[in-house]
Amino acid sequence: MQLTNRSKQVSNKQMTFAERIYLPAIATGLGITIKHFFQKKVTIQYPEVKKNLGPVFRGRHVLKRDDQGRERCTACGLCAVACPAEAISMVAAERQKGEENLYREEKYAAVYEINMLRCIFCGLCEEACPKQAIYLRHDEFVPVFTERDQVIWGKDLLAENMNNRYLRKAWTKEEAREQDIKGIDAKPRTQL
Amino acid sequence: MTFTIDVAFIIKAIIILLIFGITLLVAMYSTYGERKVAAFMQDRIGPNRAGPFGLLQPLADAVKMFFKEDFIPAQSSKWLFILGPCLSMLTALMTSAVIPFGDSIKYEAAPGKVWDVPVQAIDVNIGILYVFGVVSLGVYGIMVGGWASNNKFSLLGAIRAASQNISYEISMGLAIIAILMMTGSLSIRHIVEQQHGGNWNIFYQPLGFIIFITCAFAECNRTPFDLPECETELIGGYHTEYSSMKLGFYLFAEYINMFVSSAMISSLYFGGYNYPGMDWVQAQLIGSLGEIAGHNVATLIGFLVFFGKSLFFVFFYMWVRWTLPRFRYDQLMNLGWKGLIPLAIVNIVLTGGAILFLKPLVMSFLK
Repeated sequence: MQLTNRSKQVSNKQMTFAERIYLPAIATGLGITIKHFFQKKVTIQYPEVKKNLGPVFRGRHVLKRDDQGRERCTACGLCAVACPAEAISMVAAERQKGEENLYREEKYAAVYEINMLRCIFCGLCEEACPKQAIYLRHDEFVPVFTERDQVIWGKDLLAENMNNRYLRKAWTKEEAREQDIKGIDAKPRTQL
Repeated sequence: MTFTIDVAFIIKAIIILLIFGITLLVAMYSTYGERKVAAFMQDRIGPNRAGPFGLLQPLADAVKMFFKEDFIPAQSSKWLFILGPCLSMLTALMTSAVIPFGDSIKYEAAPGKVWDVPVQAIDVNIGILYVFGVVSLGVYGIMVGGWASNNKFSLLGAIRAASQNISYEISMGLAIIAILMMTGSLSIRHIVEQQHGGNWNIFYQPLGFIIFITCAFAECNRTPFDLPECETELIGGYHTEYSSMKLGFYLFAEYINMFVSSAMISSLYFGGYNYPGMDWVQAQLIGSLGEIAGHNVATLIGFLVFFGKSLFFVFFYMWVRWTLPRFRYDQLMNLGWKGLIPLAIVNIVLTGGAILFLKPLVMSFLK
């Protein structure tokens, strides 16, 4: 019975003299390794050189603002519910008079915290968000933390900087599908 | 007169220190080289963080070794446990004494009186025997260490090392005998001098060379014959229980042995410090720099040539290590006893026949 057609006929024929003295095989092997010796190396020198991770990479989080710099988040808590690692917590507050230039809608998140030790960068918060407020950046990692108080990120770290806005080609899955954005672009790029 | 003797003494002392230092330095950078070669052959870059191109890596390794806990197992025999790595290191360092690293250094002690100091620690007329004697002592370091560890893996590694070294020393010695028959001398300097220019022994003894280099691999416990320490079966073999600089000494001794055996291969089979056209180079140098300085510069070039050859063989050791898988123990013994020893004996007979019949024939033809 044949399950796959990958089976090979085994040959038990007597080895030739050249095969038995083993030296030609050693020479062939040495040729292969020396060829690799001079080949281009595949290593990417990580902190100095970063690989372009492509348009769909899920890196550090950003709380988006709209064009006028108002926070989009309304503290609905859907991201916190969607989060499988329970990394997100928030405290909602009502927008006061005179704060219209700060918050887009009447309700906003006074506190918005992500525990970076719990986060698994699955991107479900991004998908759950009805206001297109939270995103995982495709171009930045969460930096290494060395102290405990660096682990929980508040709004000061998460909110988008209007002078250096986070932009990308597609903001939703549908947009990405329309533009036919491919996965990982393997070309490494130099960046410090 | 005392003055001149003193200068000779000082030059000799400098040469000995240099040879000692160079041996250690080469062994030190062999560890770096090994990691780089391994990386390059696996399409990686290798250590490059400590200093430019990672050149300070051996220093970092040494610091690491010294700061590790120096552990002595409770059930081991303590003094033998300490003696093991010491013996390994001692025997490894002793061998480089008789290797001629270069021709000679000349200097004028008094007007018209030129002294000639060979670039070699000691020129004994039984150099090869000395090397063989010391190298066979080297296995004691491994055996003592492996036994004293009181660990079955260590003991197995030590036993393997002992039987492997004994088996391969025989065919190594037999391969050398063919060379001795050709040169008629046991002094390594003499053997090197007979390969003047491009007249290297490899052209007369290709079979002997293959036997010798195979045995040298086995003697140095290098892949494909690294059964004494093979990690997959015996964890670390004889140095399983060792840590800190004691382990460092074992590893270091291995690299020194590698360098010394590379130097032996290049002086026995590849002409040592001889290279084609050396007479012409020396004549040119003497013509332009004068008798003494020219000779010394020519010696330096010869030394560099020798060094290059030796380093090539060190590289060859690493090259083979990252190419070939390890032998099985029965294969190792089969190759040693049933393959190499008969081959070496055939080689002796062939060489003897050539010396007896072929050489007079060629000589009479040339006349």
